[in-house]
Amino acid sequence: MSNATAVLQLRGIHKKFPGVHALKGVDFTLRPGEIHALLGENGAGKSTLIKVMTGVYTRDGGDILLDGQPIFPASTGDAQALGISTVYQEVNLLPNLTVAHNIYLGREPKRWGLIDWKTINQRSRELLKNYDLDIDVTQPLSSYSIAVQQLIAIARGVDMSAKVLILDEPTASLDADEVQSLFRIMRSLKERGIGIVFVTHFLDQVYAVCDRITILRNAELVGEFEAATLTRPELVGHMLGKELAALEDRLHQTTSESAAAPALTLTQVGRPGTLEPVDLQVAQGEVVGLAGLLGSGRTELCRLIFGVDKKQSGTMVFQGKTIHLSSTKEAIDLGMGLCPEDRKHDGILGPLSIRENIILAQQIKQGWWRFIPRKQQNAIAEKYVKDINIATSDIEKPIEQLSGGNQQKVILARWLASNPSLLLLDEPTRGIDIGAHAEIIKLIRQLCEQGLSLIVASSELEELVAFSDKVVVLRDRRKVAELTGSDIQPDTIMRAIASA
Amino acid sequence: MNAFLSNPQLRRYLWPVAGLLLLLLINLIISPEFFNLTFKDGRFYGSLIDVLNRAAPIALLAIGMTLVIATGGVDLSVGSVMAIAGAVSAYLIVSGVDSLTVIIAGGLAAGLVGGMINGLLVGYMNIQPIVATLILMVAGRGVAQLINEGQIVTFQHEAFSFLGTGYFLGLPFPIILVIITFVLVQLLMRRTALGLYVEAVGANASASRYLGINARAIKLSVYCLAGLCAALAGMIAAADIKGSDANNAGLWLELDAILAVVIGGASLMGGRFSLVLSIIGALIIQTLTVTIIMSGIPPKFNLLIKASAIILVLLMQSPRFQQQLSSLMLWRKRHG
Ligand SMILES: Nc1ncnc2c1ncn2[C@@H]1O[C@H](COP(=O)(O)OP(=O)(O)OP(=O)(O)O)[C@@H](O)[C@H]1O
Ligand SMILES: [Mg+2]
Repeated sequence: MSNATAVLQLRGIHKKFPGVHALKGVDFTLRPGEIHALLGENGAGKSTLIKVMTGVYTRDGGDILLDGQPIFPASTGDAQALGISTVYQEVNLLPNLTVAHNIYLGREPKRWGLIDWKTINQRSRELLKNYDLDIDVTQPLSSYSIAVQQLIAIARGVDMSAKVLILDEPTASLDADEVQSLFRIMRSLKERGIGIVFVTHFLDQVYAVCDRITILRNAELVGEFEAATLTRPELVGHMLGKELAALEDRLHQTTSESAAAPALTLTQVGRPGTLEPVDLQVAQGEVVGLAGLLGSGRTELCRLIFGVDKKQSGTMVFQGKTIHLSSTKEAIDLGMGLCPEDRKHDGILGPLSIRENIILAQQIKQGWWRFIPRKQQNAIAEKYVKDINIATSDIEKPIEQLSGGNQQKVILARWLASNPSLLLLDEPTRGIDIGAHAEIIKLIRQLCEQGLSLIVASSELEELVAFSDKVVVLRDRRKVAELTGSDIQPDTIMRAIASA
Repeated sequence: MNAFLSNPQLRRYLWPVAGLLLLLLINLIISPEFFNLTFKDGRFYGSLIDVLNRAAPIALLAIGMTLVIATGGVDLSVGSVMAIAGAVSAYLIVSGVDSLTVIIAGGLAAGLVGGMINGLLVGYMNIQPIVATLILMVAGRGVAQLINEGQIVTFQHEAFSFLGTGYFLGLPFPIILVIITFVLVQLLMRRTALGLYVEAVGANASASRYLGINARAIKLSVYCLAGLCAALAGMIAAADIKGSDANNAGLWLELDAILAVVIGGASLMGGRFSLVLSIIGALIIQTLTVTIIMSGIPPKFNLLIKASAIILVLLMQSPRFQQQLSSLMLWRKRHG
């Protein structure tokens, strides 16, 4: 293909990290006015390819041409000056600055040499209206949920985009409506001739907005395809290098014998300003799904149960005993675990190794003086790396060097390794590729058969339907419905979420 | 070599060890007798032993400082705590206390109290570590002066002086004290999960909270430990000169201790720590001081050279710098 039709062209890109050859001669061509999906399993090299384009990493070989000219970005600032703007997989804005300042960071409008706060705040408010986001832009970024922060990062990136906009899993924490607003905006940018790179693990979204698809597998290019002519099974086959084992038994199974003993009973548990009093019963071996929009109170409910926030009202009975948690340590000792929503902020211990990240919950349960012997630590870590397919060369690698999806798997492994009897998973499969997704659902089912109870908050209705015995719907920080049996269908859940 | 480089655990040792070896090499060139060791009357003598002996206070401070920095904090007060501990033991001796145990316990208690104040301010009152420990850094020296009543207090106490000038197993006793402290702290940190908890708190305070780690208690303990290490260093310094000089004991040593930890590759943001690397850092600082003296460079260049050497080490360790460098090289390669 001639350069004339490409705004951004990568040829034979190589990138090596110590012990990992993360890109092996990858080509990628982005045309102006197209939305181009970049797909592949967790750890395939998508984020790395993007970081090479934007100057976060320096390539070890290959060429990058922007409008036919070779470029050598040495920092994201360089890339931005060249017209490439990016929304990274992990929100990397500054939590202590205001929302508005984050949006205009590094390009603040000035008046008489001083930052013009009025304009910044005003423009930010207008910008966020496009995303139906009506928030106080003068508050620090950290006062908003991870999903809202993600939207803010997107708004910033989109607003800056000149020639190329790169979106690395922007939709992972968004709900259906927000995804639709994002798509609307992406399409209008496309009309303006901007080339968009879109990374996601949601294949529906690929077919909804993308024109072409580039697939990576194990650091290598599989190929470039037209979205219109590539069927879904073909796409999955290219990504995984094999057919995906039938996901037929995704269909809801009404397995729960109603005789099972209750594991957790909440009676009017609440916390003013956070959550209206809620009743909830979770039986042993049961999976309870929490559905609802962003900010509906799913995360807050999980935090109350796990003792991150203290409940102010109601009673909580766990395994027959009334409990009053004053710290998460007590919850862990009782056999609970919580996989938090915001993995970067509340989950990973960045510089610590995969091994340490995995064994920590179990270690805490045992107490600091009973150190898990190194051999056993290795065995535990190796087991989970194998069981849920964590793509890494070495369990001693700092977790921050793993791909996003693989970090998520490590956090899951951390709690599975602690042998909990009740596990709370807040958006557990965020950013996890579709092969691993199936593996994890299978693993969770097995554990439930062995008596583990589970509370899962998820924005993905299909996923909730796939493994929930009961779905609790929350809206505006209160429980509005409880669905069981054949009522657990995407459209019934949807209706319960939407009904006023 | 490649396998060595790709092991993230081992790679951290590369720059600090290389730096130390380079310094030693320079010394060898300047004065070939640098490595001479003689054994006389059951004692080792030589420049290397001197370096180790002189490095002892910094090394002790660095052990405590390593843990404090690993939690994302910093302790500016350790130099002043040295002065207080020295003053307390001198006070006990001149007021007639003879029991070595009581004298040492008094010094250590002073350090513990100092560390506890820091730990409470940082852990329980959420004051920025720099500010919280600055209080004791300034006030502490005043306290030491009060104890000494504004004088330099000198004393005679055979057993106590042994801490600074004695020999044990052929080595100066301060070296032995460093080894003992190092082994104890290392065992406490790495044979229990404490070290892991310390790193977890520093790596991500919020995630540690979800994991039920008591960050406050951890912070309190590391500041207390830093206080104890400082007190020990302070008593060595006092024993060495058989006196307590509140104005100068441990002056600016907190900076050397912080530098030792940073040269050892620790991040001031907290997280991973290695006591071994911090000790290597302390040795680099002390060796550098000796090198400058031995090379005959006028002493007025002392600080300048030290600062440049440190900047160099830090640059080589910075990923950002390495990234800029490799990007520049790629550009040069393409443009011939
Ligand atoms: N800074 C780094 N240091 C070392 N290895 C790294 C680093 N960043 C990424 N890697 C490795 O490179 C490989 C590709 O990672 P990358 O983040 O590009 O995957 P990805 O395709 O974006 O996956 P995901 O879908 O999980 O986000 C992985 O094996 C990862 O461990
Ligand atoms: Mg990624």
